Amino acid sequence: MGLFKFLKEKFSKKKDNEEAKAYEKGMEKSRKNFASRLDELSKRYASVNQEYFEELEQILIESDVGVELSLRLIEKLLDESKEQGITEPKKINEMMVDEMFVSYATAGDTIKNEIQFVENGPTVLLVVGVNGVGKTTSIAKLANRYQKQGKKVLLVAADTFRAGAVEQLTVWANRLNCPIVTGKTNGDPASVAFDGAKYAKEHDVDLVIVDTAGRLQNKANLMSELAKINRVLSREIPGAPHESFLIIDGTTGQNGVLQAKAFKEVTPLSGIVITKMDGTSKGGIILSIRDEIGVPVRFIGLGEKMEDLKEFDLDNYLYGLLLGESEA
Amino acid sequence: MAFESLTDRFSAIFKKMKGESKLTEKNMDEMLREIRVALLEADVNFKVVKAFTTDVKDKALGQDVYSKVNPSQMLVKICHDEIEELLGSDQTDINYNSGKPTVIMLCGLQGSGKTTSAGKLAYLQKNKLHKRVLLAALDVYRPAAVDQLKQLSETVGVDFFTMGTDISPVEIAKKAKEKAYNDHYDVVILDTAGRLQIDETLMKELQDINKEVHPEEVLLLIDAMAGQDAVNVANAFNKDLRLTGAIMSKLDGDARGGAALSIKYLTGVPIKFAGIGEKIDELEVFHPDRMADRILGMGDVVTLVEKAKEAIDEKQAKKDAQKMLDGDFTLDDMLRQMKQINKIGSLGAIAKLIPGMPTLTDEQQDRAKKEMKVFEAIVNSMTPYERRHPEVLKFSQKSRIAKGSGMTNADVNRVIRKYEQSKEMMKQMKQYQKSGKMPGGGFPGGFPGM
Repeated sequence: MGLFKFLKEKFSKKKDNEEAKAYEKGMEKSRKNFASRLDELSKRYASVNQEYFEELEQILIESDVGVELSLRLIEKLLDESKEQGITEPKKINEMMVDEMFVSYATAGDTIKNEIQFVENGPTVLLVVGVNGVGKTTSIAKLANRYQKQGKKVLLVAADTFRAGAVEQLTVWANRLNCPIVTGKTNGDPASVAFDGAKYAKEHDVDLVIVDTAGRLQNKANLMSELAKINRVLSREIPGAPHESFLIIDGTTGQNGVLQAKAFKEVTPLSGIVITKMDGTSKGGIILSIRDEIGVPVRFIGLGEKMEDLKEFDLDNYLYGLLLGESEA
Repeated sequence: MAFESLTDRFSAIFKKMKGESKLTEKNMDEMLREIRVALLEADVNFKVVKAFTTDVKDKALGQDVYSKVNPSQMLVKICHDEIEELLGSDQTDINYNSGKPTVIMLCGLQGSGKTTSAGKLAYLQKNKLHKRVLLAALDVYRPAAVDQLKQLSETVGVDFFTMGTDISPVEIAKKAKEKAYNDHYDVVILDTAGRLQIDETLMKELQDINKEVHPEEVLLLIDAMAGQDAVNVANAFNKDLRLTGAIMSKLDGDARGGAALSIKYLTGVPIKFAGIGEKIDELEVFHPDRMADRILGMGDVVTLVEKAKEAIDEKQAKKDAQKMLDGDFTLDDMLRQMKQINKIGSLGAIAKLIPGMPTLTDEQQDRAKKEMKVFEAIVNSMTPYERRHPEVLKFSQKSRIAKGSGMTNADVNRVIRKYEQSKEMMKQMKQYQKSGKMPGGGFPGGFPGM
């Protein structure tokens, strides 16, 4: 049985599943673009031909899936359709979803989505990403998530560069009733990290979330700032940072792959958080980053509310993206 | 690999064509395929890429180019014209309100760089155009957005307007405009909250502000890293607000700015400014023709010259140049020159603007900066006489200088050697000048460490 059918059946039984519903709702706009276009395409052709595949390629590329991966998917579909003599458009689309699933699932490590806590002492999560991707907001949502699980969370405002960054995180800390360690504007971020680590050890904190400056990834000295923060953290707390999340804006294009690559060079990324998936962007960048970098997506932002940061689930994601088609 | 800049990709493609003596349909198809991938990877909109490659092919085939000229050159020319057309051929200015305050409203998605750009735009208006600017905070939603703008206004040194976060942005806009009229400001910049183009409530709010204050300029912020959806975003904002232009933010770094190539062509909204770095003065008026040059790897000498003009005191530069050529060039002069070059921007940014100059890696830039610090420390530890005549320095004096600057004797020797080399270069330049020929490439004086 094809994976697509499998998903469809799985989800028809899973209608009340809350997570699946959140994906359904959050990705409504994305789906409208992606799924309805696939659907419309399959209705226009009685059987697939060269033009069909060209149009399919266009849909993939316009969803930010990336040229390389798109071309590879299409090539594979071409081969398989020839080999198996399949010409029915709907079948081809289903095969494509299968391929997308397989490509994601086999492209890198699988790991639990939830933050992996160490047994003793504080667990440190370093949060990196370029400007404007929603780092601070994601940190607030993550803090809220783990507070609800009964963890004692500390926020560390090591973004001393951007005007207003410390204030923004402080506002969140107050709303969440969560301790925060801050430093001076334009001060040394590593010393803020040091203070944070010290506070965490003294106050039995379970989870330390370190916000860093959202500096563009191609500036060597800015990246060395991150390396220094890492050095300080690991000196104070063994193994820290235990997790490093890269935040990527879901509306980012192929530059997202560059961002992931660059950050991976300076800090061992253990996960990616994709934000702003509730816009109209199709977030194909999820597939391209996975394909090129291999780092798993751990969380996905499906809306502005605190609870809208969800664990990433490939089934739900593909289902959310394609639901329109299966029900049309 | 897939991740060089668009410029590098184009250079490589054209280089390949250089080996071809004739332009045939076959080799052109191959080249167009590569151009297509390069553009798509730079996030140029799919439709634009399609139109681009089709047009380039038509134009190339329509012309009698097969035998006449170097096919590579011909293609560069065609691609250049085509890109320029995509970007819009005119540089478009702000529509200033004569005699009255000009209202500029900034809008865009969350995280597109509105607040930062508001600060940079204020800086540009104040320092380059000598306008009296008022910065107004209309983002009552994002935590600390008002603080951020306030800090920026202090950095720039312009007045700041806020009514807190409990008042409706429409009301704030109205009052900000009133204040601008009463207190005779030239420009008032409204920094609105980020929003999704599909958020009806918030889009309505922008429309209300629009109706209330009738801004002369409604500028959309577009993130240079945006993907294929950027055009949909621009279309939606344009439909609701009738944009007068766009600011491309984060065009520095690795962003290949494909969205820049798509917006004008697909929406008709011209790009007016581009943010090219994180410093407050790093917002530029956008020049489509120069951008086309830059994309195709021809360098952007005009921008460099303009930048240099702003940063360098022209009289001093002329004096220095004459001194150099007269062989009357001291270590002091050399240090001043290096500092001026540093002011223009990072060395890497300069290198990118000069055709044929190799791109500097970040490490190289860092090294150059460090070397410059060493240079400065050493020169500052010399007496004025020593600066004019470093050749007289003896071991003991060198040791004193090394100690005073916290460097080693070897460092001191290196600085002196650099100076001698530069002097030697000056002499050669003078000879070239006399003979009417100039040696190509390189700044006189030379960067340390390069």
